[in-house]
Amino acid sequence: MSHIAVIGAGQAGSALAAKLRALGFDGRLTLIGAEPVAPYQRPPLSKKYMAGDMTLDRLFLRPQAFYDENRIDLVTGCQVEAIDPEAMTIRMADGAAIAADQIALTTGADPIRLPAAMGGALPRVYTMRSLADADAMAPEFTAGRRVLIVGGGYVGLEAAAVAASRGLKVTLVEMAPRILARVAAQETADWIRAVHVAHGVEFREGCGLQGLTETDTGAYAAALSDGTTVTVDFVVCGIGVRPATALAEGAGLTLDNGIAVDAFGRTSHPRIFAAGDCASFPWQGGRIRLESVPNAIDQAEATAASMLGQGAPYVAKPWFWSDQYDVKLQIAGLNTGHDRVVVRPGDKPGSQSHWYYRGATLLAVDAMNDPRAYMTGKRLIEAGHSPLPEAVADPAVALKALPLADDLAA
Amino acid sequence: MITVTFTAPDGAEIAASARPGLTLMEAARDACVPGILAECGGACSCSTCHVYIDPAWTAKLPEAEEMEVDLLDFAVEVDPETSRLSCQITLTPELDGLRVRVPARQG
Repeated sequence: MSHIAVIGAGQAGSALAAKLRALGFDGRLTLIGAEPVAPYQRPPLSKKYMAGDMTLDRLFLRPQAFYDENRIDLVTGCQVEAIDPEAMTIRMADGAAIAADQIALTTGADPIRLPAAMGGALPRVYTMRSLADADAMAPEFTAGRRVLIVGGGYVGLEAAAVAASRGLKVTLVEMAPRILARVAAQETADWIRAVHVAHGVEFREGCGLQGLTETDTGAYAAALSDGTTVTVDFVVCGIGVRPATALAEGAGLTLDNGIAVDAFGRTSHPRIFAAGDCASFPWQGGRIRLESVPNAIDQAEATAASMLGQGAPYVAKPWFWSDQYDVKLQIAGLNTGHDRVVVRPGDKPGSQSHWYYRGATLLAVDAMNDPRAYMTGKRLIEAGHSPLPEAVADPAVALKALPLADDLAA
Repeated sequence: MITVTFTAPDGAEIAASARPGLTLMEAARDACVPGILAECGGACSCSTCHVYIDPAWTAKLPEAEEMEVDLLDFAVEVDPETSRLSCQITLTPELDGLRVRVPARQG
């Protein structure tokens, strides 16, 4: 009986294992996770779970019965030490070795930590990636406490929103000239910042953290690059992630901003595959690596099919979401390479969408409290259609009636 | 516990048992009901947990909020009378016995 081992029990690993069974794989199936719990959803960690609005049992992706019924041997709390690509064996931390006919790497990404020399080893300096991270910092989130958020990406901003909503005093530092510099336009950053400022968050953009020191009172003094010092009770770092490639590297697989795979999820080894946050894949003549749940699921499912010889090339349909306060931000597409942003006011107060263009081509849409704009943009982008920017900017033109540039060209 | 009966696209019935407070989507997920993708995990962000509520039960559900109405508009094969996003329906004791049909595809 053939054996498939899936290493990494996050959203991608769980989806890949489930899809293998759904497609009829009848052999032995092992899903190995380093964390001590069954696969769970990460996005709520910095949102509803952190805010106390979601209990632990709702975080799990599947009940235990699912793994039992589908004969998925779920092994949790187990660190894989190495893969021997010649022998196709996996060595566990306890020394045990298991053989597999095919291996899928769904190892995800690891948060970048603040270096110890900057105070990163202090006990109340947290990262936001795992359930253990969220549980460790949860007791800190009480009204009146002071928190420094390092990093103005989505994770940092979501943590800031939870903290501010719960009455903490929040200071956010971002080394780049503005928040969301890597992922969104100035227009979106300005809109999101304004919401946070209205909730009392203080921003220091274009300002780096130089170091943390513990004060006599047990608080932390954060020295900033603008010469000021902020005193806080704890620190949350949201300064990005790195793809977890150590196992792949040790096995001699080709790396390229993550584990390099082809459109079928194949690594440079014919019997080893990869999917999710850890994998970079072909995209529009180049390669990309996406850090998102929808990509983790979709790429994992496509890779599962490939592993069974049923594969079709994976075509990513990137989308993302972020919840901050009562704002729902939904993003369709990838804005890389845009040269213009068209602003469309929403139908309701507090709603707006930003449409990214390269020339006449629509690349992406950021929609704030405007799911209709999001869904319209998503459909258009996935179908390769671009609405005329002048029409997009005019709220009198209904979303469903946006004239397309391609119609005019035809 | 609240019992909900899901009818899969192929006609198979799956009885799910869930505690009050969970959403209809979570009840389906925990009972391994096929065809409810719920990619966003219940954040009302993706419209891939679309279901049809049995007409006998639609009036017993709280009305959909604006966000759900907007997203539902983009789901596949929507029925204006019975379509809902299952992640937005919280199970209460009054919904014990609820019957739900799963669409053939989620778009």
